[in-house]
Parts: sequence; structure tokens; C-alpha cells
Amino acid sequence: MLKSRIIPCLDVNEGRVVKGVKFQNLRDAGDPVELSFHYQDQGADELVLLDVTATRQERIAMLETVERVRQKLSIPLTVGGGIGSINDAGRLLNAGADKVSINSAAVRNPDLIEAMSTRFGSQCTVVAIDAKKQGEIFQVLTRSGTTAEAIDAVAWAAQAEALGAGEILLTSFDRDGTRSGYDLPMLSAVTEACSLPVIASGGADSVAHMVEAFEHGAHAVLAASIFHDANMTVGEVKRKLAAAGIQVRTD
Amino acid sequence: MIQIINTGVANIRSLQAAFDRLDLTWNLTVSAEEITTATHVVLPGVGAFAAAAESIDQLGLRKAIIDRINHRDSATLCICLGMQLLCESSEESQSAKGLGIIPKAITRFGEGVKIPQLGWNEVRPVDNGPYLAGEAYFANSYRLETAPDGWGAAKTDYGGTFISSIWRGRTLACQFHPELSGTWGESVLTQWIEGITC
Repeated sequence: MLKSRIIPCLDVNEGRVVKGVKFQNLRDAGDPVELSFHYQDQGADELVLLDVTATRQERIAMLETVERVRQKLSIPLTVGGGIGSINDAGRLLNAGADKVSINSAAVRNPDLIEAMSTRFGSQCTVVAIDAKKQGEIFQVLTRSGTTAEAIDAVAWAAQAEALGAGEILLTSFDRDGTRSGYDLPMLSAVTEACSLPVIASGGADSVAHMVEAFEHGAHAVLAASIFHDANMTVGEVKRKLAAAGIQVRTD
Repeated sequence: MIQIINTGVANIRSLQAAFDRLDLTWNLTVSAEEITTATHVVLPGVGAFAAAAESIDQLGLRKAIIDRINHRDSATLCICLGMQLLCESSEESQSAKGLGIIPKAITRFGEGVKIPQLGWNEVRPVDNGPYLAGEAYFANSYRLETAPDGWGAAKTDYGGTFISSIWRGRTLACQFHPELSGTWGESVLTQWIEGITC
């Protein structure tokens, strides 16, 4: 049986992990390589690196970061943030990413999904959807949540699937940073409308929140602060998930 | 020296990094002679069946790969699409011609499961295999349904059972990605390197 995945996410700026990371046993809590290896060691099933830089020069630094993390990591690596073209995606895959996540650029140009899945395969084409509740629908947001699009997230996920996406990374803008749990109605709506694996993101503060997400159709959960703040290790989270009846990898 | 066949359509960086971590030297090759003489050869594979099969033919490598596996039993590792290429054909690309070492057709996962299969799943060797049972990372929409005669096999469940790896002599083919399967995956690579015999 396929295991439910736990995926820590690191925000990277100029080759350094940003957001507070409070591990005590790391020499350097801002080094993406050391932190990635630390999470792998704890039992992370995958890792996401999110490039939060703004300039082209800093993007080149991201390629070096991906190369350095890849050398050390023996689990899958997804890279997202600011990918605008098939060439951007190709450079990240060459640097060692296994999957590339596209967001705003896919909304602007849905053909990019098809181009990526044709060239590199569905299995490395992740479509990231940021959305918030707006009346009766979940409205898609782009440009780091600053731009509201006239698109329904549920319909967009189905379209992404039809264009060849292999996975959806679904982030609730309403819940992100609130620590109040994943947006379960949105998660249910998307997993019912689309037959791709969906990674739930935004709002996790406890194992109970992760259990809820898996019960509402998530194939994986993304979490940042719950791990960065060292409230719990990935291993502790997985042991508690297993006790709650969720099938997780135990190797 | 491990020769990694560079079909040009596969993302092989993770595989190179895995060999680096094991302190093994590797080289990318498109040479039939190197494929024939190397102690270890890897046929990697990410991407489409037809593109990889065409690439093998354009590079003139078909015969060298088949001879290596069928006639000389030199250490050969086929990963993901590389395993599928050993078969005759695939539902993914009806007209493309596989290597035909295994008289089987690759099929798409059926109804009732998310496609692609993305994530970790259990691998259970059904014969005395070269490696222990474990959990491996998969990223595939197509699979081999039943084991070929004369090969050992490991099975995995995903909407029914499929064949997650097969081995014969010093050839090992895995539908999963050992290079992305943590310490267990590294142990699979090490066992292949050191010379499995079944």
C-alpha cells in the first residue's frame, strides 16, 4: 500500500534557509544542505525547497543550492518558486531536482504544464495552487498570494490534470501561518475533482491536523513551522500518525 | 567504473549523486563498445517509453544492451523506465519497440488508484532475492503485471499487485528508484555493485 508522505518545506533566499529554525543540534540552522540532511535523517519522505528570492542573480544561487542539497539527499527533492519557463524547469532538473513545482507561470500560460509533462514527464511536473475561500468557490491566487485570479481552484486542478500535471501542491491562503489546521473543505473539493495525488499545505500545527488531511483525501502533507520550531521531529510525527492508523514509511 | 547510458531523455542527476555518496566512479556513455566492455552498466529512465526507445536506436545501442543482458550476464541495472524498456512494448506508446528481452507488454495502472503512483510503497521479494523487503520510492503510471519466466521477482500492491523488480544473474531491474529510496535504496545499489547472484 502506498504510504502517506510527510514533506518538510524550506524557504530559501540567497542560498540560506529563511524563517526561524530553532534546532539545537545543528551547527548552522540556516544552511539548506545541513537542514535537508537533518530532516532526511529524521525520516522525511521528500523535501521541498521553495525559492523565495526575487532577482535573477539570486535564482542562479538557487541552482547551486539545489546541486549541493542533491549531493547529500537520498530522498526525492521538489523545487518551486519563480519558475517561469520550460528552460527554468530544465535547469533545476539538471541541478538535481526530481520534481519542479510551477504556480503563477502555469496560470498565465497553462501550456507550460503540457510542455513540461511532454518534455520531462508527468512525474516531475507539480502544479502548485494557492487559493482562498471567496463566496462559494476557492479562488486561485498568484504572485505569492498578492493577485486574485478569476479562476476556481477545483476547476484549475482538473485542468492541470488534463494538461499532464502529475501532482498538485494545494496551499490554503486562509490557513497558511494560522496554525488552525488544513482547509479541509478545499482539500475534499480538489481531491474529489481531480484524480492526481494532492499535497495539503498551509495551517498545520499538530499531528491531529495531519490525520484530518489524510482522512480528507491528501496523499501527502507539507509542513514547515511544526518542524522548524522543533516542536516535533519528523520521526515523532510519523510514530503518532502510525498510532492513529495512518500508513507511513518506517524505514 | 559504472557506465550510465545517457539516452538524453532521463534526469540522472539523482543517480549520479547516489553513486558519489557510495564513493563509486561513473561515466555517462553513448558508446556501444563501452556498454559491451564495462563491468557495470546502468540503463536509467525517466520520461516516455517511445522517446527512450528511439534514443537507444538512434545511438545504435540496442544490440549492445541486449547482448550484455542475454549473453554475457555482466552487471546491469535498469531503473524505472529502464526496466520497462526490457519488455516488448508499452501501452504508453503503442508503436514503439522495446528491447524485447522480456516477452511481456507494459500496461497502465487500472481504475481506482491515483495515477501516477507517486510515493513510497512496500517491496516484497517473492523468491530468495538479492535484497531484503523494504520501502521504495516510485514515480510511475505504467507497470509490469506479472513476472517473466526465469527471473526472480519482487511484488508491490497498487490497485492490485504489480512487479516492482526482477533479477536474473547479475541483471537487476527496478520499477522503483533506488537512488531516491533512502538507506534501503542505497543497500540495493550496493548489493548490485558487489555482484548479486541468484
